[in-house]
Amino acid sequence: MQEQIQEVLALTNRWVKRLSREKFSMLFTLVQPMLFWLIFFGNLFQRAADVQVVQAPNYMSFLAAGVVVMTVLNNGLAGGVDLLFDKENGFLERLMATPIRRSSVILSRFLFVMAITGMQILVILGVAFLFGVRPETGILGIAVILLIGMAFGIGLTAISMAMAFSVKSHGDFFSVLGFLSLPMIFLSSALVPLVAMPGWMKTLALFNPMTWVIDAVRPLILSGWSQAIPQVAIAIGVLVVFDALCLYGGAKAFKRTVG
Amino acid sequence: MSAPIAIDVKGLGKAYDGVKAIDNLSLSIYQGEIFGLLGPNGAGKSTTLRILITTLKPTTGTATIFGRDVVQDADTVRRLIGYVPQERAIDRFLTGREHLLLLADLYHLKKDEALTRIDQLLKLVSLEEHADRVAKGYSGGMKRKLDIACGLLPNPKVLFLDEPTLGLDVQSRLNIWEYVRQLRDQGITIVMTTNYLDEADQLCDRLAIIDRGQIRAIGSPKDLKAGLGGDGIWLTLGDPTPQAVEKLTAALKTLPCVRAITPRDRGLDIRVDGPEKALPAILETAGTVECRLDGIEYHRPRLDDVFVAHTGRSMKDELPEPTP
Ligand SMILES: Nc1ncnc2c1ncn2[C@@H]1O[C@H](COP(=O)(O)OP(=O)(O)OP(=O)(O)O)[C@@H](O)[C@H]1O
Ligand SMILES: [Mg+2]
Repeated sequence: MQEQIQEVLALTNRWVKRLSREKFSMLFTLVQPMLFWLIFFGNLFQRAADVQVVQAPNYMSFLAAGVVVMTVLNNGLAGGVDLLFDKENGFLERLMATPIRRSSVILSRFLFVMAITGMQILVILGVAFLFGVRPETGILGIAVILLIGMAFGIGLTAISMAMAFSVKSHGDFFSVLGFLSLPMIFLSSALVPLVAMPGWMKTLALFNPMTWVIDAVRPLILSGWSQAIPQVAIAIGVLVVFDALCLYGGAKAFKRTVG
Repeated sequence: MSAPIAIDVKGLGKAYDGVKAIDNLSLSIYQGEIFGLLGPNGAGKSTTLRILITTLKPTTGTATIFGRDVVQDADTVRRLIGYVPQERAIDRFLTGREHLLLLADLYHLKKDEALTRIDQLLKLVSLEEHADRVAKGYSGGMKRKLDIACGLLPNPKVLFLDEPTLGLDVQSRLNIWEYVRQLRDQGITIVMTTNYLDEADQLCDRLAIIDRGQIRAIGSPKDLKAGLGGDGIWLTLGDPTPQAVEKLTAALKTLPCVRAITPRDRGLDIRVDGPEKALPAILETAGTVECRLDGIEYHRPRLDDVFVAHTGRSMKDELPEPTP
């Protein structure tokens, strides 16, 4: 147990070092594109968005939840990229020839991606705060947002790692990634509430776990505990199933590659 | 050889999507020797190595390292081995020292032991000056040296090197040969792949010639070459009529140093023991039977001839062969 902790920490430390050496990448990791969504879309659609429809004092406060979860989505789906490169350049094989527990590599990745995701959520909420968005449920609500975000991130990271282990080339990986992320966003309640969607989109959005996660985060920001708690409970249920499926798939793909 | 067996491979096979990369390999490697797998690109050298280092599962057969099965007992095997991959598996964003520190944690070395060992290794591969630079700026040779230091960090009983000198300049190659010999002299068993004939010849104590996934010959470079039937002396006759050839052949057969004679274009290929005695004797015999010689060539068997003899094709066609 203690040995595994040492392994996971050493490997996580490597991800941190890598990030800190890539100055540009680090900058863009913290000031990520999602922030622009918040700022530009938030202000751009301020007047176009109907306050009655979005059920929020302004569009930005409505959008904040969506941007938080989109960040989780992007991070999670990209979470396997570094392992993909490790696989391609042989570093993964070097690690696998050492007597570490096979799971340590995976765990280090989860740990790292979750830490980064958590920080980004805080940055987004901070920027939203500057634009006047005050989460109704306060600090405790923010903690719940972080937990829900990470729970969603775990499943997504597992999918990403499963893909990294399964694809033949990194071209395939990025194609699938690009293909997945936009429909995930548009077929969810990130940008508009379900009630404002055409019927067929709404139906599809109901099958998107992202919708349920956003619908739990949103009342935590907009409404307060009494409305948030049932939504959070549903989201937890959805995430338990989602994570279980993703982790199962991820574990299978991992076993196939590294045994 | 009387040394105990370090690695025992029996009927090893690996197929990728039904295509056999290696097929029914069997061999034993003894403790403390430098064992080479020699073969052209795609022969299955890396595949064999990957199975031995436990990162690839064989389709058929078994392999053990000091009696531990590489599949069943992979974790124990991993504690016995060090591995230097063929690709420069280096993280460009880490420094040389950080690579070694990471591995030290993964092998659970004690902190202070690890630090001294890392310093020693950096010195051994003369990378101390660059130890704290990010590997992005390393040259190919420096990366290779770091690779080797990484392979040695766990103080392995068996070190696997996949094409350790591929793409290195002459000086670096010689240095690495020198390290490898030192390690062998310390009792470490070395298993390496190469497609350089001269490397196999000069560095390896024994080698397996492997082509298209199969072992064609195993032995020390000396024995393999001797197996070809001695040094060759090629005569070209001035007047190669069948009668002249026959007469000369009959006369040469009586010489004790001649092992075999085969006709070749316009002359003879004579296999001899000890060319320094054989050559004057052959010339004298040719004189006695009044056979005019247009040319005489002395041909010392090289590993390439061994390769041709066992596979029916030359390795050199595909590779430049650098000579140090
Ligand atoms: N991951 C893989 N998937 C499919 N085929 C593979 C894979 N790895 C190797 N092969 C095939 O197996 C055969 C042996 O490959 P291997 O890498 O063992 O050769 P090698 O002797 O190391 O060659 P080289 O000198 O080029 O390194 C080749 O035909 C190769 O195409
Ligand atoms: Mg190879």
